[in-house]
Amino acid sequence: MIKKFVKEALSGKIDIVAHALKCLEQAEKINQEYHYITEWADVETQAKKLAEQLKNGTAKGKLFGVMVTVKDGICVKGVETHASSAILKGYKPLFNSTVVQRCIDEGAIILGKTVQDEFGFGGFAVNVGKGFQKPLNPVDKKRATGGSSGGAAGAAALFDFPHIALGESTGGSIVNPAALCGVVGICPTYGRVSRYGLLDYSNSLDKIGPLAKTVEDAALGLEVISGHDSHDSTTSDQAVPGYTDVPGVVQGLRIGIVKEAFGETINNDVRKAVLEAVHKLEQHGARKIEISLPYGMTYGIPTYFLLSTAEASTNLAKYCGMRYGAEEQLTGVYNDYFARVRSNNFGDEAKRRILLGTFARMAGQRDAFYTKAAQVRTKIIEEYEQAFKQVDVLITPTVPMASPTFEEIKKLTPVQCYAIDQITVAPNLAGLPHMSVPCGKTGNLPIGMMIIAPHFNEQKIIQVANAWTHQ
Amino acid sequence: MDVTPELVKKVATNARLVLTPDEIKRFQKELSEMFEKFAILQQANTKNTKPSFHPIDIKNVTRKDEIGKCLDREEALSLTKHRTDKYFKGPKVI
Repeated sequence: MIKKFVKEALSGKIDIVAHALKCLEQAEKINQEYHYITEWADVETQAKKLAEQLKNGTAKGKLFGVMVTVKDGICVKGVETHASSAILKGYKPLFNSTVVQRCIDEGAIILGKTVQDEFGFGGFAVNVGKGFQKPLNPVDKKRATGGSSGGAAGAAALFDFPHIALGESTGGSIVNPAALCGVVGICPTYGRVSRYGLLDYSNSLDKIGPLAKTVEDAALGLEVISGHDSHDSTTSDQAVPGYTDVPGVVQGLRIGIVKEAFGETINNDVRKAVLEAVHKLEQHGARKIEISLPYGMTYGIPTYFLLSTAEASTNLAKYCGMRYGAEEQLTGVYNDYFARVRSNNFGDEAKRRILLGTFARMAGQRDAFYTKAAQVRTKIIEEYEQAFKQVDVLITPTVPMASPTFEEIKKLTPVQCYAIDQITVAPNLAGLPHMSVPCGKTGNLPIGMMIIAPHFNEQKIIQVANAWTHQ
Repeated sequence: MDVTPELVKKVATNARLVLTPDEIKRFQKELSEMFEKFAILQQANTKNTKPSFHPIDIKNVTRKDEIGKCLDREEALSLTKHRTDKYFKGPKVI
């Protein structure tokens, strides 16, 4: 869809300003009903710049004229960026994140910022910060979008124009909402995409990736934002291959079915839909092999929550009512002031995770919790390395069920809420590229299938996704 | 793991958070449930296993010790009302 649009836009067949304003109008209308956008960018000025480029013959770019929405935790110069937290109200970054700059350099128009769980702290996008509205599922407004990139996934589903949403995943926050909203989401290998300009949740886990309606569009988004960046020393200098010309051929491909991800906690319709998809891939020549990942599937949740909250509790220490974001009157000594601003502006889940992470790092507890979790992480990484000696990709359901209603979510304890991530945390802990593609429905609600590949093998997940969606 | 109200308060103080009595009660209950569930981690055999703090190998990256472009002072100060001509203004230290 996007490639065709870009070709037409570059040929001058499209009035780019009129098109952009029409997209904005549609997005605003959808937003009134579904609450996906927290801030709008200046679309008209950006579109006029592109029109000028067309006029003077300098127009270029893989995303020329394409609308890009950006998860609220990713910096866009001059556009309020809050990670959907009240503590960052009023913060207008002085620079673009690398991913946003790369999209702009390819001719994209930044449409606005998408709502998320505060700092990414959630699996349903119901933990938005104070003053933000929860995004509603595009299929059923009584249900959650999934999270934490909930606004991104909802926008990818409902915006009916060439559009890519930039999301971010720490423990499943790209593929989870992609599955529950019925769109495609790609979470790249850790280090494939620069994190410069991302408001960190957990530095050793955070990855930025695209969500879109089709595999081809998401792959194009990934191609644009991938690659080494001197601003992020954890980015890889491995060359970025083309992601948009990967053939959907699975003849001879070894597909690992993760046994534990099809167990009792998985909804029957979800299990059946994903296994049927694998069966179809077998009919196209793939070979199915059962794989067991006991460490990831048994210990993934506690490992993830201890490590990610330990990192989050230090990352969030910088938000204290000074330099930018929420401020109050400078009264009291510094500890009182910092504590007052933080307590007034962080939401419940942010406080919960700061407490958990601070506890896990405290003297006397560190070895039993933080270091132990880091050791289990090694086991999980090794387990995947072993698995990828036997298979080329792994397949699981993305999440254990279809989207729950807001009423159902209200009844869950925090620990029960964390279980939504039970399948997605392990590949995130191991930093593996993974992707969710729509895979049937239960009732009218979308189901997602997750494809996982070894580090820096994004083409493999795209290859399988192309085979599945084009079969 | 016994999570007492005193422990919750101590952790909150370390994290620069002030909790209401209701929050202390709620977080005490929720953190207790978490540690009860997370105790399963102790069953994992990690003997002779090194911890992983990153999912991939991370190398130190250095650059030449040269002055580069940095943020303009006025721009940096523009994001807050707590400022003087040249500096950020913060709360009292003592």
